[in-house]
Amino acid sequence: MTERSTESSTAGRRASAAASWPVAPFPAPLQGADTTRVAEPDFVPETRFAVPGRIAVSNRAAALWQTATLTEVRRETPDAATFRFAVPGWAGHLPGQHLMLRLTADDGYTAQRHYSIASPPDDAGHVELTLDHVEDGEVSGWFHTIAKPGDEVEVRGPLSGFFAWPGDRPALLIGAGSGVVPLMSMVRHHRARDLSVPLRLLVSARGPEELIYAREYGSETTPVFTRQAPEGTPVGRLAASHVAPLLGAGQPPDGWEAYVCGSNAFAEHASRLLVAAGQPVDRIRIERFG
Amino acid sequence: MNVTRGFTGRPRVQNAGLPPGQYDAGDDWPVLSAEVTPDLAPADWSFRIDGLVAEPRTWDWSEAHALPASAYEGDIHCVTSWSKFGVRFGGVSLDAFLDAVRPDTSATHAVAYSHTGYTTNLPLADLTGGRAWIAWEYGGRPLPAEHGGPARLLVPHLYFWKSAKWIAGLRLLDHDEPGFWEQNGYHARGNPWEEQRYSGD
Repeated sequence: MTERSTESSTAGRRASAAASWPVAPFPAPLQGADTTRVAEPDFVPETRFAVPGRIAVSNRAAALWQTATLTEVRRETPDAATFRFAVPGWAGHLPGQHLMLRLTADDGYTAQRHYSIASPPDDAGHVELTLDHVEDGEVSGWFHTIAKPGDEVEVRGPLSGFFAWPGDRPALLIGAGSGVVPLMSMVRHHRARDLSVPLRLLVSARGPEELIYAREYGSETTPVFTRQAPEGTPVGRLAASHVAPLLGAGQPPDGWEAYVCGSNAFAEHASRLLVAAGQPVDRIRIERFG
Repeated sequence: MNVTRGFTGRPRVQNAGLPPGQYDAGDDWPVLSAEVTPDLAPADWSFRIDGLVAEPRTWDWSEAHALPASAYEGDIHCVTSWSKFGVRFGGVSLDAFLDAVRPDTSATHAVAYSHTGYTTNLPLADLTGGRAWIAWEYGGRPLPAEHGGPARLLVPHLYFWKSAKWIAGLRLLDHDEPGFWEQNGYHARGNPWEEQRYSGD
């Protein structure tokens, strides 16, 4: 996958007090909808709506900057670490949501970035972010070289319901590199709530050392190693052979909601594999770094 | 002001073209579409304007290209914080399309929609007066599919999610109606100079 040279862990974006997040039903199928109406309040395009939103989002929480206090740093890989924050006023998130984080220099200069939330919703009053150390990244560079427990930053969120997964429908998750971050919030939520709804994760990494959260995966996860792999595991990029067994006869009765997260190159590749294997385009959500 | 201990940030650049909270992405042009990139050939592309207009109309690829060419050279700004300077898009001014359909005086807003079904809402005033285009070239070459080719809406004075990729049409309305990201918590207008990122900003 291509890594962007700018701050790119958009992946580490979006996720807890699920109870405070009203879960809206999926919109009714739009094909066949009456498209001759003009200026009706419920305008729908004449084409299929590819990416229906999942949940109503709280705009009040999103508008407010809050202080987040770093409480713990855990190394995940040579390039990535998890940063745990106490955010006492955190409104809660759903797995897959992101937040915006802001650092301020003493001359007033600020830098803000979107990061996916790695922690599950039930971890009340806390959020965890897993950040790559991006070359020349002013925000990730600060986190990886200067930050220590007790430091304060500012966050606002959670933001955007599009990539959220409330735990209600079978979820097929595909991520690469730090693109696994929002997907891990879903895996952790599934585990924490002991959900019975099917969930599978395909996660791509260069090698075992670069695999984020390596010790946490269970039978729901298939790692794909692109450069080097443990003895007996093939090396190669994500392929139709990884995706095909999960679709068609292998899928849950009503199919999957697919969530794809990674670089644009990976997202294009993975989404094409999904479509080729029969996954409907309007049930594929994509979050690309940027 | 909540100063972050030990944070200095990048060297300060005096760039009057950089809206608040944005950074210069340089040569990068991140792709952030939420949906699968469609396989849409120019021959299958069309652009329609309807709703509160005197004469609804659909243009195909060659009809749209018969309109007077117009270019945008300048900057674009994404809500995720990157800005890109000195880009050059080629296409047709949206005014040329709107002149043909003659909007009603009651039309105040539009929903732009894509061939994928993506939607975004805009005040009509942001789409007229030489500030919006249907663009099919980037840097003198055909617009790549992942950036919205064969043709996208271009409204560069607003955050770039308003510039719908794979543009299929505009419906003119007498009220504002939130589109895809706007229903997901993003701002109704999205003016980068006022940092209108999220609803409530």
